[in-house]
Amino acid sequence: MSVPANRTERAEFLPLAINPALVERILLGFIQDEVRKVGFQRVVIGLSGGVDSSLAATLAARALGPSNVKGLLMPYRLSDPRSQSDAEAVVRQLGIEHELIDISPQIDAYFARYPDAEQARRGNKMARERMTILYDHSWGWQALVLGTSNKTELLLGYGTIYGDMASAVNPIGDLYKTQVWQLSDALGVPTAIVQKAPSADLWAGQTDEVELGFQYREVDRLLYYLIERRYSIAELEREGFARPFIDVVMGKVRDSQYKRRLPVIAKLSSRTIDRDFRYPRDWGH
Amino acid sequence: MSDDHRLRVALAQMAPALGDRQRNLEAHRGWIGKAKATGAQLLVFPELSLTGYFLKDLVPEVAITRDGPEMQELASLSGDLDLVVGAVLEEPDHRYFNASVYLSRGELRHIHRKVYLPTYGMFDEQRYLASGDRFRSFPTGYGRAGILICEDIWHLSTAYILSLQGVDLIICPSASPGRGVSTDERLGTAESYALLCRTYAQFFTTFFLYCNRVGYEDGANFWGGSMIIGPNGDLIQQEEDADEALVTATLNLGDVRHERLSNPLLRDEKLELTINELRRVWHERTREPY
Repeated sequence: MSVPANRTERAEFLPLAINPALVERILLGFIQDEVRKVGFQRVVIGLSGGVDSSLAATLAARALGPSNVKGLLMPYRLSDPRSQSDAEAVVRQLGIEHELIDISPQIDAYFARYPDAEQARRGNKMARERMTILYDHSWGWQALVLGTSNKTELLLGYGTIYGDMASAVNPIGDLYKTQVWQLSDALGVPTAIVQKAPSADLWAGQTDEVELGFQYREVDRLLYYLIERRYSIAELEREGFARPFIDVVMGKVRDSQYKRRLPVIAKLSSRTIDRDFRYPRDWGH
Repeated sequence: MSDDHRLRVALAQMAPALGDRQRNLEAHRGWIGKAKATGAQLLVFPELSLTGYFLKDLVPEVAITRDGPEMQELASLSGDLDLVVGAVLEEPDHRYFNASVYLSRGELRHIHRKVYLPTYGMFDEQRYLASGDRFRSFPTGYGRAGILICEDIWHLSTAYILSLQGVDLIICPSASPGRGVSTDERLGTAESYALLCRTYAQFFTTFFLYCNRVGYEDGANFWGGSMIIGPNGDLIQQEEDADEALVTATLNLGDVRHERLSNPLLRDEKLELTINELRRVWHERTREPY
């Protein structure tokens, strides 16, 4: 298996190295179980041409069979053309159902009212437009929406709430980005996709790492010590992390906590939903 | 007990439905049929086999009582196959326990109420359940047995207390969610349990039956890996996979005697010294006024 040098380097941090066969087995079982026991056979997934959605689609195709997976390609007119061709490569490789839906008309119609809207606002709107299309297909194709957010972006809040963060079932939300690369490589996601610079593709030439201001390899290492091991700031500094980097990352995790929770509800009764009315999601399954 | 006394055991490595007692009861009937077909004399179900594990506010809704019709129905399933079944038990004072019951020849013979209720990380048992207050052994047709439920065995004293009561067999029903992925072929939790169970079997010179469930609840996977271990610590049988499986073995119960003759750890155990030292530690820890 050929692994590009930069990705090999990214996978070198041993505490986040995974056994792909073990992780694959757990995730395939997860998809089969959590989809089928609530009465579904199919999933629908937004394919961006990036590594996260390519990996999630690969897992779903293996778990449920390619004919039970539909990939939606939802480009905007300013999206990098390579995103679509990469997503199409994944569709061909997996043999899954797919549909191409250009979201430009509905986005442009809306922003005709707000011509001065900045990039981030437009990007969020696009993410939510794609979400509504996925959930429409969830109804129309009797399929659950498969999530594609990884643990790194969930922790950093690097996603749009009720946009790309919305899903029914997420198989990769407990894998850091560098682990997504490892698993994708092992499962045969096209090397060009694993290798390319991660991007939300909100505008031409955008990359996650430039926008975030640090590399996934660095931040995953920090998040490992901060989240998994619960190191103190002093311990993180002793581990070699610069204080400004620690502060920026901790700030992102703290300030995006609201995105990882249901809306806060004003408490009045003795059994408030999700506070003291607590039932498992898989209730009765 | 004669040296050639044999016991055919079976572990039902199953995936209970969460909060659906009726469906699980039907599943239990199926496993009992399968176990009988293999000639089993003892069948162990996992922790909370009748209800599923992450119950949260469902606890009171799925509970059964010691004298209720559900317990009688379960007991009636035992016949000539002894059963260990996991259930939420409601006591007359309306405390709810995570319990495993031993049923034999149509009767309830023993109840173990889980003592160590994990309430950390992904676990929240003490929010919903009361804690048991004893570790008691009991006689079976196949020697003396004791039950420890899942987290109980993470406290070394639990198996020690049973050991000093002379148990031949420790039964551990479990609902252990898998976590801790690394480059290893197995999950961190699976490694820890294998280490614990084999250590208890070898150093307390008893048979050890570990029955873990499989399946998923709210995204958490249960890793199976059920084990039957001999009194020398050797694995007699293990289910490597996280699939539903009936794990069976025939135990030579005389092996407990053989092992204790060659390795008389229990004979040499100093119970009174241990009690005295623990009492001293207790006094030292509690003598300060604040």
